[in-house]
Amino acid sequence: MVATLDLEQLRKVLADMSQAIVDARDELSEADRETGDGDHGSGMARGFAAARDAVLAADLNSAGDAFKAVGMAVLSTSGGASGAVFGTMFRAPGKILTGDVLDGAGYAAALEASAEQVAKRGKAERGNKTMLDALIPAAEAAKTVAGEDLSVVARAAAEAAERGSEETKGMIAVIGKAKSLGERSIGYRDPGSISVSIMLKEIADGVDAA
Amino acid sequence: MPKVKKIINDPEKIVDEVLDGLVAISQGLLTRTPGSRVVRRAQLDEGKVGLVIGGGSGHEPMYGAYIGPGLAAASVSGNIFAAPAPQHVYEAITEADTGAGVLLVYGNYAGDVMNFDMGAELAEDDDVESKTVLVRDDVATPDIDGRRGIGGAFYVVKVAGAACAKGLSLEEAAAVTERAQFNTRTIGVAVKAGTLPETGALTFELGDDEIEIGLGVHGEKGVERSGMMPADELTEKMIERITSDLPFGEGDRVAVLMNNLGATTQMELLIVYRKVAELLEAKGIKVERTDIGAYFTSQEMAGFSITLMRLDDEIAELLDAPCESVPFTQG
Repeated sequence: MVATLDLEQLRKVLADMSQAIVDARDELSEADRETGDGDHGSGMARGFAAARDAVLAADLNSAGDAFKAVGMAVLSTSGGASGAVFGTMFRAPGKILTGDVLDGAGYAAALEASAEQVAKRGKAERGNKTMLDALIPAAEAAKTVAGEDLSVVARAAAEAAERGSEETKGMIAVIGKAKSLGERSIGYRDPGSISVSIMLKEIADGVDAA
Repeated sequence: MPKVKKIINDPEKIVDEVLDGLVAISQGLLTRTPGSRVVRRAQLDEGKVGLVIGGGSGHEPMYGAYIGPGLAAASVSGNIFAAPAPQHVYEAITEADTGAGVLLVYGNYAGDVMNFDMGAELAEDDDVESKTVLVRDDVATPDIDGRRGIGGAFYVVKVAGAACAKGLSLEEAAAVTERAQFNTRTIGVAVKAGTLPETGALTFELGDDEIEIGLGVHGEKGVERSGMMPADELTEKMIERITSDLPFGEGDRVAVLMNNLGATTQMELLIVYRKVAELLEAKGIKVERTDIGAYFTSQEMAGFSITLMRLDDEIAELLDAPCESVPFTQG
């Protein structure tokens, strides 16, 4: 059980998570080809390659700085709808994680802030077949165990994100380019929700390994 | 699937090389910091509102090329069919501002709205004021506020650029541009998909003998898919869609834009326009201006769109005002 991460451990976890998205480029593009124009993987890979480099090089005075470094790098390089929402997801906890360790309560609060900011930016809600269908359940699951060790909170979030992403198969896209597919979007997982699931699993694994 | 033939170099460098080409061919009209996604006029109109336009690449000449006197001060380009990043939007806004604020005009797509809004918020932190007009002219979408921006964007950008050049305030320029936007209604049709240059993938599936009315410029679903039909029958359906939408009626003055989506011949567009003119005359709608050409494309997609913009004295004056740019110049 890992109770907290210090800033150097957090830096490594977020850099490894970013690398996992770079490595998932083809998988994400393939998923996007079913319901979108197949560019989710390339946009995410571009943004998170920059995020990996940025978080490795960043001056970290707080846990929030590490998340913000990832978010700002994605916002500067990724573009597309995914750049805006994933940049927002990581930028959101920047201001609230002011301490120099990340604990379970902090991570739960970070996920809650991320879900709120992404929903606001994307004018989307749960059930719209978006990344929020992974992120919101993850934030809720994290909140219910927020008082526990970071590794418990991170695992709960990761598992809820994966379940949530799986559930997007049954949903009809009502936002973004996939909305033109209407009912034809049923049966496919939303690519953004897959990205969230990969990220939160990598963070949980990284916390366990720290 | 046979490999798609496109005359490119490294697919990763497409946008950079397109923007390099645009600046080179402008003969000094345009400038760009190397590597930047922002192209701007070499000489801005000091003290006037700067028009910034932009969106995903791959629709050339929209949006990136409509820069120059009487048009945009700067444009910001995303990757192929993907919105530009907020940082790049921010750079475009700050480069276009000469103190009177910046008018943002772009198509109503979720990714563009999010990224432009974030870019505008970053600029606001630097005390650069901006206002946004979203182009949403595609009548194929029933929900009027959720409509996509397609071919009619050219007329909206033209009016916005002229409004800025005339020296209107940011408030006034945004108001007349929004009115022009509201008066602009477009319907597209596709007979063959384009392909994405990075992957060669088709932008949508359409049978060899099929035609789809209302299909979006990225392959978004339209309103009617059917077997091929003669030009006159197709034109009647399209004009009915547009004129019943605003609606346009007897005595209305309009400009008509015939936009080639990439691979349709001028021959076909002229055959269609012949019928457009006949139908509008029969409805008592007065055509005061026509434009025909490739203003907003989608790679080698075969198809076209018809735009009607309802004119009043102010909009007509702005539409007809002089402008200069690489793809479009008028005296």
